Amino acid sequence: MSVVGQQPPPFFNRGPAPLARLAFFIAISLLLLVLDLRFHTLEWARQGIALVVYPLQRLAYAPVEGIQHGGGYLTSLVALKDENDLLRQRQLSTANQLLRQEHLELENQRLRALLDMKLRQPATGQMAEILYSARDHFARRVIIDKGSQQSIAPGQVVVDELGVIGQVTRTFPLLSEVTLITDKDQAVPVQIVRNGLRSVIFGAGAGNLELRFLAANADVQAGDMLVTSGLDGIYLSGLPVAKVTRVDRDTAYAFARILCEPIAGVERNGQVLVLGRHETLPPAPPESETKNRPEKGRKGKKPQ
Amino acid sequence: MIQPTHSSNRILRPVRDWFVWFTMLLAIFLSMIPVGRLPGYPEWVALTLTFWCIREPFKVGMGSAMLIGIVMDVSSASVMGQHSLAYVMLAFTANGLSRRILQFPLPQQALQILPLLLGTQLIMLATRLIVGAEFPGLTYFLESFGAALLWYPLTYLLLLPQYQPHEKDENRPI
Repeated sequence: MSVVGQQPPPFFNRGPAPLARLAFFIAISLLLLVLDLRFHTLEWARQGIALVVYPLQRLAYAPVEGIQHGGGYLTSLVALKDENDLLRQRQLSTANQLLRQEHLELENQRLRALLDMKLRQPATGQMAEILYSARDHFARRVIIDKGSQQSIAPGQVVVDELGVIGQVTRTFPLLSEVTLITDKDQAVPVQIVRNGLRSVIFGAGAGNLELRFLAANADVQAGDMLVTSGLDGIYLSGLPVAKVTRVDRDTAYAFARILCEPIAGVERNGQVLVLGRHETLPPAPPESETKNRPEKGRKGKKPQ
Repeated sequence: MIQPTHSSNRILRPVRDWFVWFTMLLAIFLSMIPVGRLPGYPEWVALTLTFWCIREPFKVGMGSAMLIGIVMDVSSASVMGQHSLAYVMLAFTANGLSRRILQFPLPQQALQILPLLLGTQLIMLATRLIVGAEFPGLTYFLESFGAALLWYPLTYLLLLPQYQPHEKDENRPI
């Protein structure tokens, strides 16, 4: 297929033939794909381009921001008053726990000191705002308004007032990308509150989550609460993650199909908290040479 | 008032390079507006790229498509090479079909653009599904339909600077 329907005569030379150029550019694109997916070596290029594109991105966000703020300005007084009352009520109802927590934390510290255990570090956090969801149709990511300038680092956990939302996977100077827990490749190590059964939860599409690789006779019931187990050293333990909605036990399969729904407002926009780095795990025990080594993990964090 | 039409055989003024790049930048800007997962939000960049690849096959081709694709890869937080691969193939096809498509009236042109845009989306879908992403649902393809609907107004809009006469005439609006 030539450009104008016929090949140019050799004395009107226009460079390589279209097919040759196509092959060249396809080769470059495939190279980029492999480099980015397999070796993750293109982050520097991404950072550079992102920095150049950033003003345009902020500008594109301005009308949406304007509409949101304008809408907020026009919210009626009654609605605000209702919300205020609701918030005050909620504060009162949780005050009991909050007041006791300080006391409990102190007690915990003392007990741990008595038992000569490693002290738990208090969780620190940074407020951030979800700006928008990334325009990639194939993954569930959102962009928040804090970046590496505000010392956000990849791997940090993002929560809202109800539970875990996701994990920071890529940082730019002024923005960062958060992969939501409903993303297909995002894995969160969890524990069932009722019986302490540990597992890993994955995204299942359509805003749902799925517990994979649990035996068909595993002790899981609809309505079970799942919290982070903290075994990976990245997620703090005890953060609410999901609630089991349906358990299908099919004897034809070795594993049960367990669907869960997130507790936090994962797919809704708003304010979030980026939790700080948490305590480092004790060094892993030396592996014996004769034992077969564990397989190299995937992208997600698996509990040992 | 004389309106520019496509059935007329007027000779257009040559396009200016800065205008081509300005419209491409505008398309990238429009694609950055965070509309969430609004189904049918047109694929501005693919549409504008197709337009210039068909109108100006000697100016806009696979090289430009590659460059724009990489910018889109970064700005939409997808995998590097996903957009550039699809756009390069789009530019190749659009360049090749430019003479054929231009001889049709505008609504039929839009019909011929649609498979090009759908093909672009299919390439992106295939790229991501192979490496294990989730299928975004059939509403994903509505983007191409949204873009094809815009072909008619977009042609007038983007050709407007080329309709200007060489000498300014006070009594003529355009």
